[in-house]
Amino acid sequence: MINIHDIMETINMISEENLDIRTITMGISLLDCCDSDPEKACEKIYKKITRLARNLVKTGEDIEKEFGIPIINKRISVTPIAMIVASSGGDPVMYAKTLQKAADATGVNFIGGFSALVHKGFSAGDEALIRAIPRALSETTNVCSSVNIGSTKAGINMDAVKLMGQIVRETAEITADRECIGCAKLVVFCNAVEDNPFMAGAFHGVGEPDCVIHVGVSGPGVVQAAIKKHPEATLGELAEIIKRTAFKITRMGQLVGNEASKRLGVPFGIVDLSLAPTPAVGDSVAHILEEMGLDCCGIHGTTAALAMLNDAVKKGGVMASSYVGGLSGAFIPVTEDAGMIAAARSGDLSLEKLEAMTAVCSVGLDMIAIPGETPAEVISAIIADEAAIGMVNSKTTAVRVIPAIGKQKGEELDFGGLLGSGPIMDVNLNKLPTKFIDRAGRIPAPLQSLKN
Amino acid sequence: MKTVVSVIGKDAVGIIAKVSNICSDCNANILDITQSVLQDMFVMVMLTEIKDLNCTFVEFSDKMKNLGKENNLDIRVMHEDVFNSMHRI
Repeated sequence: MINIHDIMETINMISEENLDIRTITMGISLLDCCDSDPEKACEKIYKKITRLARNLVKTGEDIEKEFGIPIINKRISVTPIAMIVASSGGDPVMYAKTLQKAADATGVNFIGGFSALVHKGFSAGDEALIRAIPRALSETTNVCSSVNIGSTKAGINMDAVKLMGQIVRETAEITADRECIGCAKLVVFCNAVEDNPFMAGAFHGVGEPDCVIHVGVSGPGVVQAAIKKHPEATLGELAEIIKRTAFKITRMGQLVGNEASKRLGVPFGIVDLSLAPTPAVGDSVAHILEEMGLDCCGIHGTTAALAMLNDAVKKGGVMASSYVGGLSGAFIPVTEDAGMIAAARSGDLSLEKLEAMTAVCSVGLDMIAIPGETPAEVISAIIADEAAIGMVNSKTTAVRVIPAIGKQKGEELDFGGLLGSGPIMDVNLNKLPTKFIDRAGRIPAPLQSLKN
Repeated sequence: MKTVVSVIGKDAVGIIAKVSNICSDCNANILDITQSVLQDMFVMVMLTEIKDLNCTFVEFSDKMKNLGKENNLDIRVMHEDVFNSMHRI
């Protein structure tokens, strides 16, 4: 029989340390839903999603009950809608509303893929979709949007960066009466991945199968608790402890992924080895860093601690899963992490430090409320800086900032639920990057891209 | 399919009897049983075979959960694979 201590450890992880499967995400290709009539295309999209995902939520709940592991979210990602708009035409918002309808029918809490991939330039459908993002996010509640504006192979599309600065602002303005929530569902990527199960940036890439199941694990509380038991350990020993913990967490993800794939009759895609925090106490990445010995997340030493944590999580997780993919790294979304919120409130965590942290972990400047007066070109410049880090380091980076319309530094935004709440952080608005952003064009791919 | 029934809480008379009763009512076969005191807590772990269950798994699990609530114990029923996959390579 299994060792009683092992059983207790697992139960303790679930009941005391918030171990859970963060998401089961079903990726669905919509390429076969194109039609010369956009309304017919929408009908096909609705039918395909509701046919393939009709049992997704129930299967998730069944597994949750049988295995005793909480599965927090059941979600869907679809082919970037810009591709469907390109061939089927029509108002992109109509497609967003179709996705919303499908989300309501299947009971998932988010559906991602109102997306465009424009890292080298705009093709048919891309610009129309991007310009429709503010309306689409305002008129739906569970649809998520993402735009890929750069990659290591292609460089950075600065035309798209400039446009996205304006779109982020517009999205905030149009949802200003709802805490600017539209921006919490909009991610601007560099090196976006095709099999990401996490929102708001999930979409179903063109290289993926027709339908696939991805799993995102979590467990910052488990890692924190493991570190807490070893106050005297050296950093090398700590890395070992984190690796062992990450292995166990990931095994859980692999088990749930296999089971969901078997029950739904859909191939298993990947496990995303991410430490995804929630605003709940005991589920914070910032608190892991503090447990490692920092007085507060955001002070000097944070980047080094995060780099080690991120690396150890991957090393531990990689052997535990047959297929690792997605974003795989520690997330640092400010409003979704109790420790980050506290550090931002106390002023110990700045936007500049967060930018440095994104160079060593997944994924980017995430869920950061910025002053409502921040002009579009500054948002574009924030996007460009972040994309440059991703492009040069061959990693995914992203920007999900929320201009808090009508509010200033020190005030707070409160989205509720998993999206959390947080203070509006300081942005340098004394001098502007207007000329640089207005130059537009394309930043060429770096030398790192020439690997052949 | 095998499940692990775990009972955690303050020690009291008749815990094992009550849990075993539910197993017998639901036609779950007890394969192994072990108990100890960990960090001042009574811990009992029972391995059961539930392939011949006369009710659904959820009903079985809910009965255990309710028993736990009535007696101020934390009773969980979890698939054996959870522990195998987490603790064995």
